[in-house]
Amino acid sequence: MEVKMNFPENLRYTKTHEWISLTGHKARVGVTEYAQKEISDVVFVELAKKGHPVEQGKAASVVESVKAAFDIYAPVSGTITDANGALEANPGLVNQDPYNDGWLFELEVSDPLSVDALMTSAQYAAFVQSGSAH
Amino acid sequence: MPYLPYTEQEKQRIFREIGVSSLDDLIQSIPSSLRHPQILMSHGLSEIEVQRQVLKLGSRNTATTDFLSFLGAGSYEHFIPSAVQEMVARQEFTTAYTPYQPEASQGTLQVIFEYQSLMAELTGLAASNASHYDGATSLAEAALVALRQTDRTKILVARSLHPHYCDVIRTYLAQSSYQVEEFGFLAHGGLDLESLQKKLTPDVAGVILQTPNFFGGVEDLNGVSDRVHANGSLLIVSGHPLSFALYRSPGEWGADIAAGEGQPLGMPLGFGGPYLGYFVASQSLLRRIPGRIAGLTEDADGKRAFCLTLQAREQHIRRERAGSNICSNQALCALAACVYMTFLGKQGMREVAELNVDRAHYLRERVAKIKGFKVDLERPIFNEFVIHCSRPVAEICKKMMAARIFPGVRLGDYYPEFKDCLLVCATETKTGEDLDRFLEVLSQC
Repeated sequence: MEVKMNFPENLRYTKTHEWISLTGHKARVGVTEYAQKEISDVVFVELAKKGHPVEQGKAASVVESVKAAFDIYAPVSGTITDANGALEANPGLVNQDPYNDGWLFELEVSDPLSVDALMTSAQYAAFVQSGSAH
Repeated sequence: MPYLPYTEQEKQRIFREIGVSSLDDLIQSIPSSLRHPQILMSHGLSEIEVQRQVLKLGSRNTATTDFLSFLGAGSYEHFIPSAVQEMVARQEFTTAYTPYQPEASQGTLQVIFEYQSLMAELTGLAASNASHYDGATSLAEAALVALRQTDRTKILVARSLHPHYCDVIRTYLAQSSYQVEEFGFLAHGGLDLESLQKKLTPDVAGVILQTPNFFGGVEDLNGVSDRVHANGSLLIVSGHPLSFALYRSPGEWGADIAAGEGQPLGMPLGFGGPYLGYFVASQSLLRRIPGRIAGLTEDADGKRAFCLTLQAREQHIRRERAGSNICSNQALCALAACVYMTFLGKQGMREVAELNVDRAHYLRERVAKIKGFKVDLERPIFNEFVIHCSRPVAEICKKMMAARIFPGVRLGDYYPEFKDCLLVCATETKTGEDLDRFLEVLSQC
């Protein structure tokens, strides 16, 4: 992996290429720049369902490109509080701006400490570099 | 398809691996009486001797071409224009499968695309798949779509839905945590909307009903979709597809999915198959539609081209998380339906539907005048209706069959409350003379 990708330092990362940003008990989740490139042009997002409890590592949303549909997993356990409605009309935001306008869902985190256990930006960058990301 | 032989050793290894002791052990869910049917044929016969014996055996069957048939109940005798067989017999089309190298099979894809377009128009809904095995599996897939779409756990099924379809839906869901519950019908066979309303709880994902219902009655579904949608559930409507050319279609009734049996659109009775499941859904369910969808696009040179589309959730990509694990369709049957509908055209299909209504009404009105038989003259029907007999229905059937008439299907076999009732079907294939012959023999029963 030669291309330099952007993995913001204020976020935590999963091996399944989600990022999570925590504020108190609330967190926002999306996919990383690496993930959006791998998925290629996103044509549809099946939004996470508000009010639904999700378990760490279980599918919460589905992102579909012309080639395949990818499950997006909850980085930590919690309850879905919101999903990015803007993606219904403009799913390409996931590709264009994965860390801001292309966010996928928000959740009330059961245990904020569980976020600390996820990878830091540097660890995730090393994980992607190592080629074990597939 | 090649025959793949295996040795006794390999067989034992397979049994060990999957944890069964023998072949019988593996297939024990099949009733034992059906497992090893006795074949009454001597050993060491020559080919010509076997042929003779089998033909002789076959001649003991009575086909609907031998008798005057008034059988319906899910399989309908309609006239099939010769053009249908002519097209279906073309060897370019002879496969039941959607192509695995789709872009190389433009003709097949075009047929599927046209079939889909015709089905969408007929059912009044946005998007059709390339077809399913039959009406029952198509409805079962519709139930799964409703469960996934709503993230709920229960399917409500009208008792007036074809009982075999209901059985298949139950089989599909038997190994899951989902439930199937029935809601009732009134004495005349029409939907009991109060029963529906009572059972329309927050866990209901979808409501499945049929019009014309299993008893032949055309339902008035005014307000039904509003009630179902107000509960956050999906409405799935089944029914004889030719009736949609005349009466309101599932889409016009506000259904989210139309699913059912497409056999009446150019397929012979064929002892129960191969048939065609139609599956058509609203725009909002586009990505949940099971199976294949052919699309119209342009190639690199800007020329019209057909492709398979919306495949991202199919099993060759999503495996066990696929929307459906049936990916084969009934391409040859879909071709028959496509040619049938194209050949008849909009006006022709309406005229065939009107002929069905005429025949069935003629028969119903005259049966009403025969002593010992009762019919409901008030219910709107398409091509089927119920005759209540004052004497055991088995006796009546016996006498009718002695006169070379299949009088209909005995409803008591499926519904105890319809003991001594006959479900009778009269399609456009019956002439005035045929109908009068039925009435004449019935009046002597």
